[in-house]
Amino acid sequence: MTPVLPRSALLLVPLLGFMVLTYLVPFLGIVEWSVTLPEPGFGQYQTALTDPLVLTVFLRTFRICAVVTLVTVAASYMITLVWVRGSPVQRLTVEFCVLIPFWISVLTRAFGWLALLSTKGIINTWLQGLGILTEPLTMVRNEFGVVVGMVHFLIPFAAFPLASAMRTVDERVLLAARGMGATRARVFAQIFVPMTAPGVLGAALVVFVFALGFFVTPAILGGGRSVMAAELIYLRIFQSPNWGLGAAISVIMMLGVGGLLAVLMRQVRPAGPR
Amino acid sequence: MITRPGRLAVCISALIAVFLLMPLIAVIPVSFTPNRYLSLPDGDWSLLHYRALLENPGWIKATILSVGIGVISATLATSLALLFSLGIWILQPRHAGLLMGIALLPMVAPPVVSALTLYFFLITLSKFNSFIAYDTWAGVALAHSVMIAPYAVVLITVALAQVDRRVDLAARGMGAGLVRRIRSVILPSIRFGVISALLLTFVLSWEEIGVTLFITSVNAVTLPRMMWMGLRDNIDPAIAAISVILIAIVVVVILGKTLWQSRAGALTK
Repeated sequence: MTPVLPRSALLLVPLLGFMVLTYLVPFLGIVEWSVTLPEPGFGQYQTALTDPLVLTVFLRTFRICAVVTLVTVAASYMITLVWVRGSPVQRLTVEFCVLIPFWISVLTRAFGWLALLSTKGIINTWLQGLGILTEPLTMVRNEFGVVVGMVHFLIPFAAFPLASAMRTVDERVLLAARGMGATRARVFAQIFVPMTAPGVLGAALVVFVFALGFFVTPAILGGGRSVMAAELIYLRIFQSPNWGLGAAISVIMMLGVGGLLAVLMRQVRPAGPR
Repeated sequence: MITRPGRLAVCISALIAVFLLMPLIAVIPVSFTPNRYLSLPDGDWSLLHYRALLENPGWIKATILSVGIGVISATLATSLALLFSLGIWILQPRHAGLLMGIALLPMVAPPVVSALTLYFFLITLSKFNSFIAYDTWAGVALAHSVMIAPYAVVLITVALAQVDRRVDLAARGMGAGLVRRIRSVILPSIRFGVISALLLTFVLSWEEIGVTLFITSVNAVTLPRMMWMGLRDNIDPAIAAISVILIAIVVVVILGKTLWQSRAGALTK
C-alpha cells in the first residue's frame, strides 16, 4: 500500500499540473524537434556547434554578455553603495532612479535609446547643432547600441541582490578598521569589497543569464546587424525557417543556463547556514 | 550612518542615475515632433502623434486587450501560486526544493526558450481547438499565466515566511479544518503579499513582449505587440507619445506610493 498523503497535498496539484502541461511537456516537444527536424539524428547539434555562421553568433553573444555583465555589475555596485549607505536624500534619489526604469516596459526603454542615439536622434542633433560633428555618429544598429540598451535594462536586476548583500555588512567592522588607522580607500578595497563579494558573484550570474536569453533590446537596438543567439532562434523559427536548428540552439541554451545556475547554487549554499 | 560613501562614489553614482533616467526623458521632446519620423520638434511643437493615438482604433483596441489579458492571467497565475505556496508552507514536503524548481522554471529559463516552448504548446493546441490557440486572446492569457506565475509564487512564499506557525498550530489544535485554517488564520496575515502578487503579475503581463511575439501574429495584438510593430521598420513617433503616457503612469504611481508611505509613517510615529 502506498503511504496516504495529507489532504493539503492537493493544494500543490494545480500549479504543478499546470507547469507540467504547459511547460515541461512542450519543452520535451522542442527537444524532439531538435533531433527529428528535418531528419532524425543529432545533425542539428552538429550544425549548431560547427557552422561558422552559428558560431559567430554564439561568440558575439558571449562577448556582448560578458561586456554587459562587467559594466552592469560595476555600475550597479557604485549606485547601490549610495543607495544603501548614502544620506537619506541620496538614498531616495537613487531609489527613484532604479525603481522607475525597472517598472517601465523594455520597449519604451529601448525606444528611449533610439530617440537619443539614432542618426536623427537627440545626441546627434545637438552635437551637429553645436558644430562639434559634421557627420552623424552611428550609435545604434551596432554592438554599441545593444550594450548600452542592455546595461540600462539590467542595472536594476543587479542592484537588488547587491543591495541585500551590502545591507548585511556589519558597520562596526568598517568602523573598527577606520579606528585602527586604515584609510577610507583601504577599508573599501580590503574589507567592504571582499565582504560583499558573494553578492557581486550572484548579481553577475543573474545579469549574465538574463543577458544570454535576451531578445527584445538587441533586436531593436541591433537593428538586425549584430544578431545574438536569442534573435537567431526567432529568425530560424519565423523568417528563414529551420525549426530543428532553432530548437537545437534553444536546448543548448537551456543546458548552458542550467549549468550556470548549478554553479550559482553551489556558491550560495556554503554561505547559508553557519 | 557614519561610514558614508566617498565623494567620488557619489559623483559616479550621479552619472549612473542620469544614465538611467536619460532615455525616459528623451522620449518627451520626441513625442511632440511635427514630423512623421523620429526627430526633435525644432521649435515647432505638435500634438499630432497624441491625436494619432486617439484616432487610430488599433491603439485603443490593443490597450483594452492588454488590460483584459492582464486581469485574467494575473488572477489565474496568482490563484494557482497561492494554492501551491500554501501547500508548501503547510506540508513542508521533503522535496520542497525540487517542487519549487518546477514552479519557478519559466522565471529562470532564458525568455526565448520559454517563448519557443509556449509557441510549440499553442500550435499543438491549435490542432484541436480554435479558442485556446496560436494568435488568440485566450492563448496569450494562458501563456502569460505560465510566465508570471513564478513571480506570484516568490512574493506569496516571502509573505508566508513571516507568518507565525504557532498561530496556525493553535487553530489546528482547537479543531479547525484545513479550509478554516487557510481562510481564517493564514490568508488574513498574507493578504498584502497576495495583493502585491496580483499587481506585479498584472504589470508583467501588461508589458510582456518576448513570449507574445512568438505566439501572436495579426489577431491578438496586445499593446506591446503594437508598439513592437511601430519600432521595427520605420520608427513611428506615435511610439514616443504612448511611451510618454506609460512613463507618466509609472512615475505618478511610484511618487504617490512613496508619499503615501511617508505620510502613513509620519502618522504612526
